[in-house]
Amino acid sequence: MDESDGRAAVTVRQKGGRRAGTPGETVRRATASPQAAPVRDAAGIYHEVHRSPAFREVRRRYRRFAFPATAAFLGWYLAYVLAATLAPGLMARPVAGAVNVAMVAGLAQFASTFLLTWAYARHARLRRDPAALELRWAVTLGTLPAARPEPLALPAAPRAAAPGRDGLR
Amino acid sequence: MTGTHQSAALVLFGVFVVVTLAIATWAGRERRGSAEEFYAGGRLFSPLENGFAIAGDYMSAASFLGISGLIALYGYDGMLYSVGFLVAWLVVLFLVAELVRNCGRFTLADVLVARLRERPVRIASGISSVTVSVLYLVAQMVGAGSLVALLLGGTGDRARGWTVVGVGALMVLYVTLGGMRATTWIQIVKAVLLMGGTITLTVLVLVRFHGDLSALLTTAADRSGHGRDFLAPGLKYGRDLTSRLDFVSLGLALVLGTAGLPHILARFYTVPTARAARRSAVWAIGLIGGFYLMTIVLGFGAAAVLGGDAVRAAGSAGNTAVPLLSLDLGGGAGSTGGTILFAVVAAVAFATILAVVAGVTLASSASVAHDLYASLSRRGARGPHGEVAIARLAAAGTGAVAIGLGLLAQHLNVAFLVGLAFAVAASANLPVLLYTLFWRRFTTRGAVWSVYGGLVPAVLLVVLSPVVSGAPGAIFPGLDFALFPLENPGLVSVPAGFLAGWLGTRLSPRPADPAAHAETEVRALTGAGAA
Repeated sequence: MDESDGRAAVTVRQKGGRRAGTPGETVRRATASPQAAPVRDAAGIYHEVHRSPAFREVRRRYRRFAFPATAAFLGWYLAYVLAATLAPGLMARPVAGAVNVAMVAGLAQFASTFLLTWAYARHARLRRDPAALELRWAVTLGTLPAARPEPLALPAAPRAAAPGRDGLR
Repeated sequence: MTGTHQSAALVLFGVFVVVTLAIATWAGRERRGSAEEFYAGGRLFSPLENGFAIAGDYMSAASFLGISGLIALYGYDGMLYSVGFLVAWLVVLFLVAELVRNCGRFTLADVLVARLRERPVRIASGISSVTVSVLYLVAQMVGAGSLVALLLGGTGDRARGWTVVGVGALMVLYVTLGGMRATTWIQIVKAVLLMGGTITLTVLVLVRFHGDLSALLTTAADRSGHGRDFLAPGLKYGRDLTSRLDFVSLGLALVLGTAGLPHILARFYTVPTARAARRSAVWAIGLIGGFYLMTIVLGFGAAAVLGGDAVRAAGSAGNTAVPLLSLDLGGGAGSTGGTILFAVVAAVAFATILAVVAGVTLASSASVAHDLYASLSRRGARGPHGEVAIARLAAAGTGAVAIGLGLLAQHLNVAFLVGLAFAVAASANLPVLLYTLFWRRFTTRGAVWSVYGGLVPAVLLVVLSPVVSGAPGAIFPGLDFALFPLENPGLVSVPAGFLAGWLGTRLSPRPADPAAHAETEVRALTGAGAA
């Protein structure tokens, strides 16, 4: 895995309350006069991003993977627990040597967990991370007081498998 | 146990204490005061480091001693813990790790107040987090006590008590000296030691059976005294309907509890980004999965090598199966190899307990200082420095409470006690967290109801369960107010927590604030404005 890790994107830290808008020392000039009415406040920017197709696509990709996968492994795990309680005879049936169905099912739980972990990490890295980072930049730049009058540079909704990275530069 | 065993184990353990105290002092130098530093260790750990630290935080004495012991006693039914503890990490990875990293600062409550009213939600979530932490601490204390009792033989009752006190004192020292940075490094050292010890024992067990797993299982079944039943479900949880329901209840608590454990959530704040949080969870799953696979081998190995009667004789709860196994694998009592291996395993188990205890204490002190004190104190927040001082005091207070309860619960199985902590976490913390992250209409009232609606039934049902009274192995065997038949409350209390949250939201006087929800969602998924 690469080490870029998005650490570069943490340049703007939000101390204190949940409303962004006091990004450390980056723009000291503008934060000095907070009562100067901004064209668009932080809440407005979040609202705008929330409605943008780019964000909806990121959210859709996350949910389309995470929700069905959660349902699948929870269902499989519950089936495993219930089978041990309701069908102990089936679970005790030998498969090979001393190994029975229950043992195989237990080890299969380990295998499926490793597999899903790998699949999720891969999906997030390839399908979600680049687009999410773009949005983060857009919000961060948008909530800088100096940038408020300008329109928000939201990236286009990612369509291809590898979303373009030049949406806001 | 002979004097050589004792002294060898004590020397090794002494070395660990000295090294970790050195780490704590080194990590705490010139960094006192900042809340960012104390609670989150500066947020600059790498995914690999944090992955090991998470594994160190999670692979508790309950796992090392308790699960192997349960498998050695009850065979297959003990395996449920191994499977449940691992599968639970998918909930953390898929639904919690990244989003919590993006939305929160130090505690669970930080995520919730991103879109809910601060004071009531902080108080509720602070109370439930402290409850979970204290239950979890008690389990670790009991583990420490039974380990010492084994080391000192039958005369260890006073020593047991002093161990619990000593472990408590040490953990307070670690946390107050070094905060999250020291705690994290101690977890990493401990994770490496524990993995090393477990791998050694597993290899020795496999060598003993010439790598033939089938032979291992067959011997385990033969020597357990249960025959083939030992390898199938039902020995511990198959007698009647109640015990079967208990099995399902435990299974539910295990898989849903991890994502609500305050000390696990706190670990994700020590890395810079959500992406790093995800990668540390992936590392942790690899390490934890490997570890739990090995505990299964050790559990069946203990039954096969020692026999079921020997394990039972050394301690009815099975917590001492692995140390005894190491003695035998090293060459038997009296041999040099046995002495060394036993000492190493005992020292690793101590190290495990100390490290986990430090991590949980830190999370609990964060909840007290950052959530409860900050909300309840009339004088308001006195800046981050005042808060850290309160957190240090809270660490001492948590230690005292855990020591007291740890002395009371001495003869309960460690893995089982941890199961209770998981049940409370799954009932009180998980519903409110998931609702906050994923339900648009969720309101403050829903959050408060959800926390108390899960916490109160969970705690109440434990008090009314056969664990506390009315059964031979209970904390108060002389009394009988066990109205609730199950040992684990998860089956009732987890749905109760979700239901209460839904009901509270429906009955809210005001609808949810759509702007706050939009902001939370954008921040959770993109990392904008993250601490």
